[in-house]
Amino acid sequence: MTRAALHALLSHWRRHPGQLATLLLGIAIATALFSAVQAINAEARASYAASEATLSPDAPDHLTSPAGRIPMQTFLALRAAGWQVSPVWEGETPEGLTVQGYDFLTLPMGSLPDLAPTLAQMPPSALITLPPPQWAAPESLAAAPQATPAPGLAPGLLVTTIDGAMALAPSGAITHLLVAPDAAQPLTRPPLAEVAPTLTRSRPQGGAEIARLTRSFHLNLTAFGLLSFAVGLFIAHGAIGLAFEQRRPMFRTLRALGLSTRLLAALTLAELTAFALVAGTLGLALGHVTAAALLPDVSASLRGLYGAALPGQLAFRPSWAATGLAIALAGTLAAGAGALLALARLPILASAKPRAWARASTRSLALQAAAGAALAAVGAAAVPLIGGLPGGFALLGGLLLGAALALPALLAALLAAAQHLARRPLAQWLWADARQQLPGLRLALMALLLALATNIGVGTMVSSFRLTFTGFLDQRLVSELYVTARSEDEATRLRAFLDTRPEVQATLPIWHVDVPMADQGAGELYGVADHPTYRDNWPLLSVTPGAWDRLATGDAVMINEQLARRAALGPGDTLQLAPDWQPEIVATYSDYGNPGPQAIVSVPALTRHFPDVPKLRHGIRVAPDDIPTLTAAITDDFGLPATALVPNAEIKAYSLAIFERTFAVTAALNALTLGVAALAILTAMLTLSTMRLPQIAPVWAMGTTRARLASLEALRTLALAAFTALFALPLGLALAWALLAVVNTEAFGWRLPMFLFPGQWALLFATALAAAALACFWPVLKLRRTQPATFLKTFASER
Amino acid sequence: MLLVADDIHKTFPLPSGGAQAVLSGVSLALAPGETLALTGESGSGKSTLLHLLAGLDRPDSGSVTLGGAPLSTLPDAARAEARRTRIGLVFQQFNLIPSLDVAANLAFQARLAGRHDEGWCATLAERLGLAPHLSAWPETLSGGQQQRLAIGRALAAKPPLILADEPTGNLDEENAATVLALMLELAAETGAALVTVTHSATVAAAMSRRLHLSRGKLA
Ligand SMILES: Nc1ncnc2c1ncn2[C@@H]1O[C@H](COP(=O)(O)OP(=O)(O)OP(=O)(O)O)[C@@H](O)[C@H]1O
Ligand SMILES: [Mg+2]
Repeated sequence: MTRAALHALLSHWRRHPGQLATLLLGIAIATALFSAVQAINAEARASYAASEATLSPDAPDHLTSPAGRIPMQTFLALRAAGWQVSPVWEGETPEGLTVQGYDFLTLPMGSLPDLAPTLAQMPPSALITLPPPQWAAPESLAAAPQATPAPGLAPGLLVTTIDGAMALAPSGAITHLLVAPDAAQPLTRPPLAEVAPTLTRSRPQGGAEIARLTRSFHLNLTAFGLLSFAVGLFIAHGAIGLAFEQRRPMFRTLRALGLSTRLLAALTLAELTAFALVAGTLGLALGHVTAAALLPDVSASLRGLYGAALPGQLAFRPSWAATGLAIALAGTLAAGAGALLALARLPILASAKPRAWARASTRSLALQAAAGAALAAVGAAAVPLIGGLPGGFALLGGLLLGAALALPALLAALLAAAQHLARRPLAQWLWADARQQLPGLRLALMALLLALATNIGVGTMVSSFRLTFTGFLDQRLVSELYVTARSEDEATRLRAFLDTRPEVQATLPIWHVDVPMADQGAGELYGVADHPTYRDNWPLLSVTPGAWDRLATGDAVMINEQLARRAALGPGDTLQLAPDWQPEIVATYSDYGNPGPQAIVSVPALTRHFPDVPKLRHGIRVAPDDIPTLTAAITDDFGLPATALVPNAEIKAYSLAIFERTFAVTAALNALTLGVAALAILTAMLTLSTMRLPQIAPVWAMGTTRARLASLEALRTLALAAFTALFALPLGLALAWALLAVVNTEAFGWRLPMFLFPGQWALLFATALAAAALACFWPVLKLRRTQPATFLKTFASER
Repeated sequence: MLLVADDIHKTFPLPSGGAQAVLSGVSLALAPGETLALTGESGSGKSTLLHLLAGLDRPDSGSVTLGGAPLSTLPDAARAEARRTRIGLVFQQFNLIPSLDVAANLAFQARLAGRHDEGWCATLAERLGLAPHLSAWPETLSGGQQQRLAIGRALAAKPPLILADEPTGNLDEENAATVLALMLELAAETGAALVTVTHSATVAAAMSRRLHLSRGKLA
């Protein structure tokens, strides 16, 4: 009996292969997007854990000098004394690439995690042949045609041998030495303080520290994964609901033939489980591919934002697969719960009022809306009550879920108003019918709302970020030309030379040392000249009166927003910069894109407390028209290579490149979610189209052409999408505010102002309409081509 | 003549590959105000013929003319217009519009046809016993009430021709009698001709003329 019943149940799918495909696709997509994000997170976690675990024995410590560069003699002295150290040459190429040169023969283990897989595949001899090997991120290859692509590297970074780096960036320097683990060092070596007293030994940032810093980034990804998962489940829900509706007579017959409700429910459950496992496996494969495609961007983002390194390749983890399958199963059962419940309650005899269920009762809509409002309120309350990142995410979740729950009631009210205002009978029917379709389209429209709102929210955040960041770069990179001398001697002569040039308006030192700041690790301490360039442009956030004058006197300091937020410092507090130096903070300034602390003091104060600060880099204020002349003069007359001169446009382009990549992942997930929402509408409409035939047929019989009916159907779908977009706008803006004011402030340490982009909203409306048009194209075409015989059948017999 | 069908043929493809001739040479003529009962075995093609007379489908050959103008040869849009303005349809399943309330259902076709007459609709509602239910939803009505509403909808535009496919087939005897009487009465009042497909001898007896469909031909 069971076999026969199962055969009958499954025969449905043989007759409706498209429906089966939709169901499997829905589950697969939900699983894929969710598990892709999980795979990336797992990879990152594993990488942080590995770097934490290998940190003490393996990862090399750094030797750095406050001056930023280490003289060759110091390196040679260390080697001569028996210290196993390896130099790293850093500089810039004329194309604006940052070059890092390593001495691969002395390089300690674990120094270059990004390149480890590449290096492992190379014969050692390849590292000492000519020309020296080069590696760069794939998008930096235009500026470095000889380089081999290495997806883990940050954009704009070129890694090569030390010889290669010295040739490519002669104005660079040995910025630090990598220290081999103690086990590899001779016991008899003299202490560091004896050989190189100016150098300090420090550990690279630990995995635990990076994990803490990047937590919000991964939470962000997880949130997106969950959202996509929910949207995918809407599709599965639609397909399961349709199959149930169509099999309703079969269920009745089976029950009438003596099958118990329990057995029927068990069989359906088994069927769903099988589908979940098949589609879940498919989803895992898709998810792995998606994650592998996104990983390089994630890796670059993490590197650019936090200095964290991920391997370029994705590992397969059985625990990840198991979780993915479990999620697929749980999601499928959740999506099918309604149908299973209806099955358990199915009366054997057809109910006398088959379509009463179709009209959502106003009361249940209002109840749902009230629940939505309550959820949003709980989310809003979480910010002051819980606080921090969890509070921010609670706010986001409450807003999104609450708005989604309230949507059907809002749409119903809007459609009722439209019906009330309509004069023509077809228009009235159109709106009344749209209202009746709401229960069926509800989930798909909720999915569309979420996708659109996240699009606006994230879009506003990224655009606000971009606008602020570009403006910020303009403020911070005021000098038209940046020049770096090769030695102190040359720098002195250069300054004297520039003083004689009539077109040079000012020569501004850009000198800095690295010092520990307020328990927040090493920060950059810059000296700035007392010049209008800074007074007019520096992006100050909070400031005390006469701050610039006090800074010029030498007993004051300005700190960046990150340091202010993390160490809870502000104007009026003091900051210890040297054992005998603790100036007062007179202002804070924004410093986007910088992961660490930073502070500025006057140039005389800096040189007084750090006499050996390297004085090589300078910004030159010069009229843009004079740049070519000046560049020519410096290269020709003065003899400095062209590579030592960088116009500010190039620096800006480099900074923006890192920025764009940071949000590439978000944009990709965003687009995927919107696509899935369109798919949800399509499946919901296909579900409805078979059920709606009896409702359209009389309107056709009474003299409305199929073409007219089809265009009305399209109009209705577009109107529903447009109304949904209307609600998505305020929701998206609320989301953007929550992201900028709460989540990002917690995550990055800086707060961005929010800007509005009405152009984006117009684009969003167009996108919503396009998604709806795409989704309804096929159903509408189907309606347009419906044979009269198909309509006529609905008159002849009960469906 | 109001409605003329001339030598109509209709064949349906069979799933097995062959073809089934349902109507093979059907002709009939109907005068204005005339009432006609169409009887026949189940599967004899009564509904098929009615659908062709209504312009819902096209014959393979032969023609249907309504009020002297061809109907079956018209394109889609023109046939839709004819249905909208000159034909009232009543089905066995009632086929009301579930998203509109009773009042809107009653006036729907008249408004589509641009001939909405509020007074007439009110009279219809009164006569059909629907006046207390005008703001109710169709599915909350009883079967008899639903069919009376369907008849009212067909009559609201005062079309010259009403086509009904087993209008009382889903009703009990008592309801059937009431509905039939109302339909005949109102059709007579508006001067509409009426074609009713029926299995019931009682219904057939109430019409002025009877035709029997058998083996694709009328007798
Ligand atoms: N669209 C169609 N495709 C194929 N065959 C059809 C189609 N419509 C009707 N038929 C066939 O045409 C024949 C006549 O059908 P029709 O519905 O006109 O019969 P009927 O006289 O109305 O029967 P009943 O009294 O049971 O309603 C039947 O054999 C039916 O199977
Ligand atoms: Mg029939």
